[in-house]
Amino acid sequence: MRTVEELLKIAPGKYDITVFGEEPYGNYNRIMLSPVLTGEKTIEEIMINDLTWYEGNGITLHAGLDKAVVNIDRRNRKVIAKDGTEARYDRLLLSTGSNPFIIPLPGHDLKGVIAFRDIADVNTMLAAAREQKNAVIIGAGLLGLEAANGLMTQGMNVTVIHDLDVLMNRQLDQPAAKLLLSSLQKRGMTFKMAAATREIHGNNKGHVVAISFEDGDKLPADLVVMAVGVRPNIALAEKVGLQCNRGVLVDDTMQTFDPCIYAVGECIEHRGNIFGLVAPLFEQAKVCANHLAEFGFGKYFNSATATKLKVTGIDLFSAGDFISDENSEDIVFQDPHGGVYKKVVVEDNKIKGTVLYGDTMDGPWYFQMMKDGTDISEIRDRLLFGQAHLGNSGTEGAGAVANLPDHAEICGCNGICKGDIVKAIAADNLFTLDDVRDATKASASCGSCTGLVEQLILETLGGDYNETEKRKSICRCTEYSHDEIRAVIPDKNLKTIRAVTEFLKFSNPDGCHVCRPAINYYLLAQWPGEYKDDSRSRFTNERMHANIQKDNTYSVVPRMWGGLTTPKELRAIADAAEKYNVPTVKVTGGQRIDLLGVKKEDLPKIWKDLNDAGMVSGHAYGKSLRTVKTCVGSKHCRFGTQDAMGMGIEIEKLTWGSWTPAKVKIAVSGCPRNCAESTIKDFGVVAVDSGWELYVGGNGGMKVRVSDFLTKVSSGDDVKEYACAFIQMYREQGHHNERTAPWIERVGLSYVKEELVENDTQRKELYARFLESQKYAQIDPWAERASKGVDVADFIPLKVLG
Amino acid sequence: MRNWIEIGALNDIPRLGSRVVRTKNCEIAVFRTENDDVFALHDQCPHQHGALSQGIVHGNRVTCPLHNWVISLEDGEAQGRDTGCTRTFNVKLDGDTVLLEV
Repeated sequence: MRTVEELLKIAPGKYDITVFGEEPYGNYNRIMLSPVLTGEKTIEEIMINDLTWYEGNGITLHAGLDKAVVNIDRRNRKVIAKDGTEARYDRLLLSTGSNPFIIPLPGHDLKGVIAFRDIADVNTMLAAAREQKNAVIIGAGLLGLEAANGLMTQGMNVTVIHDLDVLMNRQLDQPAAKLLLSSLQKRGMTFKMAAATREIHGNNKGHVVAISFEDGDKLPADLVVMAVGVRPNIALAEKVGLQCNRGVLVDDTMQTFDPCIYAVGECIEHRGNIFGLVAPLFEQAKVCANHLAEFGFGKYFNSATATKLKVTGIDLFSAGDFISDENSEDIVFQDPHGGVYKKVVVEDNKIKGTVLYGDTMDGPWYFQMMKDGTDISEIRDRLLFGQAHLGNSGTEGAGAVANLPDHAEICGCNGICKGDIVKAIAADNLFTLDDVRDATKASASCGSCTGLVEQLILETLGGDYNETEKRKSICRCTEYSHDEIRAVIPDKNLKTIRAVTEFLKFSNPDGCHVCRPAINYYLLAQWPGEYKDDSRSRFTNERMHANIQKDNTYSVVPRMWGGLTTPKELRAIADAAEKYNVPTVKVTGGQRIDLLGVKKEDLPKIWKDLNDAGMVSGHAYGKSLRTVKTCVGSKHCRFGTQDAMGMGIEIEKLTWGSWTPAKVKIAVSGCPRNCAESTIKDFGVVAVDSGWELYVGGNGGMKVRVSDFLTKVSSGDDVKEYACAFIQMYREQGHHNERTAPWIERVGLSYVKEELVENDTQRKELYARFLESQKYAQIDPWAERASKGVDVADFIPLKVLG
Repeated sequence: MRNWIEIGALNDIPRLGSRVVRTKNCEIAVFRTENDDVFALHDQCPHQHGALSQGIVHGNRVTCPLHNWVISLEDGEAQGRDTGCTRTFNVKLDGDTVLLEV
């Protein structure tokens, strides 16, 4: 059904949709059956789409036992249900799910022997719990333990049988399993490990009464739940001759061997894998919908999944490949008495998997680094102590959200607290970041709390969380990510915003305030000199070349190269401030003078005056080079080792005017005392006696990040080449609105070093591309508007009445 | 007394853009969409009075430049979970001439 939802989102009305289903309900969230069993949730609460939803979307639903599809006539393209109902199809989607595996023990067909799979099973268990005493669960996997816990909560005596001596062997290693075992035993659960079952015994009414084992043991049992795994349900597919192995075989587009038939979910086999968790299913649904809508460019690649045991009071987190082999290393923290165990498996400095027990706070963080392939060599020694011990650098705002109290404010723009978000996720069945934004407004304004909100979603939903960082869509106009949109521009030779949004079938061809400025930037960066900047796709600041203030006036900051000025310039600034009644004159953090409170109509006039005194726009408003801040350096300072001011001026003259994904700040310090604060800049230069040290990815804003050391060079020309090549690499790879700090964390410092430091050819090519694009960028936007008539209408009223 | 006043030519307003008409009482933002439909709103976001004329126009909506509230050009209502409304004005085209009702 998720595929249908995705399809309705991107191509409503393309198909007449008919759904056949064996269960007499709409669709519900199977993962949440455990909380229903414990009584923490009701069936109504886990329904995703009820019957009215089907009606509302014009979908024909055939639900009920006699509506089970029994045959597919592939030649005539129709499906046939048990009661003879037929439906023709152009495209058919199989999502027959999986069947629980029932061990063919003698007595497996007795009454009271069930699986844990659907609402009917849950109802049987609840009924048994009301009247009977002894429950035996076969299988100590995730599902088995959840069933055991549920039945115990309902008051039954529960014994769990497992054929191995490790609990949850798919998710846990031995030490973690031991901790879990003792904690469940303390709660009153009984275990029989490494046990071989022989027979299930019944009474004369055909109801189960006991279970016996090869070792001669016998246990009383009024209810036996088999939770020993699932098998893809391929009966129908096999019957109609679709190629199957363990599951229905599909390719990366979710297509089966019959091009009219697609399949998703637990019934499929994709590149040798079968699936049991929600997250990959959602991913498959997206890809499948993309192809059903005939967009033809979604591709499924098996994504990593994380598991959380949904047993209240037990903290357990497992993700990826957590059993080490000869190529990987374990980093382990063990405190058996305190009930804490943490293991992170690392290969080539990247996280491969993790098992956490007792303290799972950092699970989502490890999982994110695992999915992103983050290089952990720099934080390896502190990795197990968790994110909170990393200091503020590198955390991307995700400072351990799990241990925040419910009243902690997460979204500062809209005043949304942690409790509000967690409650909304549970109450409204929210799965994605957009869902949460819609329902709570959290992360919907400036977006700086997005990391926190994502952590909260992951924390609350565990493996059900639906976003894979690298594939996040840019905004709600489209399913595609920044990287996918960027890639399609040169690939398909797209040269206008409209061409991009139409090719990618955006829901609104105008896009929105998020995607349009981004696409405008990507086109500008891709086609320098050729693409004409679209001022209507610029935020007002970049359109007006001034920074809008809360009262709709603007601020004006003239450029002062390297932070240096002259009496003549200062006089001109003072004159302009008086002439246009500027209420506030302030020195900025980047060593410039800010004239605040200028009226929109006065902008071209004040610019003209500043232009006449030899000054140009300081770009204090743009996603562009802001300032190059300098200290005094060797020219005057007794400690200075190099000419920091001179170097700052040269870098600023080279780099001003360039448009970048987000703002770029540079600084040059004349000695390691670092008075220009170079180590919290996007590109920082620190002079030493023997040359210049170069730093990248610093940030002094809301998340302070100390920059990373890139390399040391000896000549001033090298400094300039590196500065330009670094900016160009960021221009070509950064996401719109992503500063260099998160960009570097995303791609990894070692990658940036490989491209810039170790690869001379690459660096020189980046440098050359930067200089080429600067030919078209170093035009003073103020002079264009003040003297050359560009966009003048933006500054004056259309008409003044009365 | 209500009457239609000529305020300019359609091409005086950029596509996906806006121009301001200043009256004695207030500023009115006149918008032009990609399809050359015109709309007029009081140039004030219901949230914190941002100048909607300075926002990004997409579809029949504009995003306020101050805090990204999205306002419908058709009825002035804030979209999504935001609540608030901006006054609308009647505006129409006579050929290429834009007329505003005041």
